[in-house]
Amino acid sequence: MLELQGIAVSPGVAIGRALVFDREGYRITRCLVAVGEDEREWERLVDAVKQAYDKLESSRQSTTAQLGERLGNIFSAQQQILHDPHLQSELESLIRTKTYSAEYAVSEVFTKYASAFRKATSTFLSERAADIRDVERLLLEGLTGQPTATLKQLPHEAIVVSHDLTPGETAAFDREKVLGICTEAGGPGGHTAIVARGMEIPAVVGVGNFLHNIRSGDEVIVDGHLGRIIVSPDEATRDHYMQRRRFRQSIATQLEEIRDLPACTSDGVRIELMANVEFPNEALSCIARGADGVGLYRTEFLYLGRDQEPTEEEHYQAYAQVVRDMQNRPVVIRTLDLGADKMGMTMLAEPENNPFLGLRSIRLSLRNPALFRIQVRAILRAACLGDVRIMFPMITTLDELRSARFLLRSVSEDLASEGKHIQCAVQVGMMVEVPAAVLMLDRFIDEIDFVSIGTNDLTQYTLAVDRSNDSVADLYQACDPAVLRLIQRTQQIASEKKKSTSVCGEMSNNPAYALLLAGMGIRTLSLAPAAIPILKKAIRSVTIGQCEAMAWRALRLSTAREVDAFVMNQLAGLVPEIVLQA
Amino acid sequence: MRPADKLVRAAAGFQCQIELERAGQIADCRSILSLLTLGATQGSELVLRAQGPDADEAIRVIRLMFDQQFDELNVEQST
Repeated sequence: MLELQGIAVSPGVAIGRALVFDREGYRITRCLVAVGEDEREWERLVDAVKQAYDKLESSRQSTTAQLGERLGNIFSAQQQILHDPHLQSELESLIRTKTYSAEYAVSEVFTKYASAFRKATSTFLSERAADIRDVERLLLEGLTGQPTATLKQLPHEAIVVSHDLTPGETAAFDREKVLGICTEAGGPGGHTAIVARGMEIPAVVGVGNFLHNIRSGDEVIVDGHLGRIIVSPDEATRDHYMQRRRFRQSIATQLEEIRDLPACTSDGVRIELMANVEFPNEALSCIARGADGVGLYRTEFLYLGRDQEPTEEEHYQAYAQVVRDMQNRPVVIRTLDLGADKMGMTMLAEPENNPFLGLRSIRLSLRNPALFRIQVRAILRAACLGDVRIMFPMITTLDELRSARFLLRSVSEDLASEGKHIQCAVQVGMMVEVPAAVLMLDRFIDEIDFVSIGTNDLTQYTLAVDRSNDSVADLYQACDPAVLRLIQRTQQIASEKKKSTSVCGEMSNNPAYALLLAGMGIRTLSLAPAAIPILKKAIRSVTIGQCEAMAWRALRLSTAREVDAFVMNQLAGLVPEIVLQA
Repeated sequence: MRPADKLVRAAAGFQCQIELERAGQIADCRSILSLLTLGATQGSELVLRAQGPDADEAIRVIRLMFDQQFDELNVEQST
């Protein structure tokens, strides 16, 4: 059994067989073999080379016959690559001295050559990388005895294991077959995280190097709550997770019964449960889960994995679909919240030393007004179709808020002068994610209609910790007393002015924290759609007085650990039926 | 790609060690990957070296291949 810690980016637990992909999206088996089996591995490779050579020979002959010798010779050159003495001796040395499996050796050596060629300045050489990849694929097919799987067509249900996934690969995912995802690289804001959350596929990223320890077919558990990967689990661990799975299934039927009931405490205080969504097609699953609206419509997906900016029409269609599907329930659309590096739009990206402190989010939008205006136009147009609210992310200074509002006003004047029908009274909110915004909130509050606390970034900026950095990730605790005080202050200032405060970070997904937030006076929570039913159950099981008592105590504790232990313990006492006793 | 392929096939016919050098980088003529890594294109300046019993003959044949620009020259095994 091998246990690895990564970053949890999409909740849920998946148990299944691994399908390991290398950087190029081929399936490979990266692993070592037992000492003494090197001779067998080498013979497997020799066989595979012979098979591949014969295949190339028949391709060469048929191509020569049909299209002439010139084209036929392409295969002759690939045969030379296959028999290249340097390549062969490198393969042999990896297998014999480093006990690499034949597949792993092939993948390592070919990747090395392919990337050296790709980096070459001459286009001739960089195109040769494709020849090398072709030969590699042939060899791997010979070794595994089956065509190499691609992510688009998985042969069976599996947990996808890879170094990293490109936006194209994740977009092509077959939801039916991909049970879970784990990658060596990646962070909480990357496209793998975004797509996995949107598809509700449990995912752990940023695990670090581990592909050499896993083979396709190994049993893997992806724990998307704790950010843990378990390879070849022992009996006890598997039982533990299977038990949790049964528990969740049994609770799911109970939750189904309260789906259409409001999220009210037993003494009648209404807590609005809104959904965080990534993709337009999620709106229907929000309704199915009994969401009161969309509290955070992330719009980053429109920009991911493409070279060109999305058009106004693309924005509009994406927003209109959600607004229509939500049938007059509120939809809070957040303007673009990524760094230029994450958008794949390289023309906007300068390499930055500290991307989280750099040109991202609202800063990026204000710096690129043409791009920003397109999005705002589409939001205002979609606002005619229902209850749409606009929210600016990562506001740090009053100037930023005013610039954004100024742009909003000018866009709506443009639309009006074009004779477009627009909704004038769109509510405008800001996300509170930076401590500066909390400290100055009394100045912001008169210029906005609502605030939404993004606890992920607020935690990161308050505690000065990059949660995608393994070495400090344990410092990242949304329940840290410092973060709780900022939330409390935000709620107090907003409620004095009768403005609503919602919490839309991952913190709201946890029923224990959600009750704590309710006790602090928060009446709107926005969370992953999948977490809504269980949270509704928790809220309907308590009185607001119990939540307030919990908050009173929690706010007097001094460390994140104390807070966490206290609230989890409280939840177990108040709503025992949703807490699985370990 | 085609010239490299032909070079490797020609070199395989000799016993001697044959090397091509471009801008300080040396490639083994028996290895197509090593030849390709030179990144030599039309007009590149190359040094041809051979060491072994049939070195002179190897130099003569390979020079001829370059001179004829790898045209449909049939390289005989000339040991």
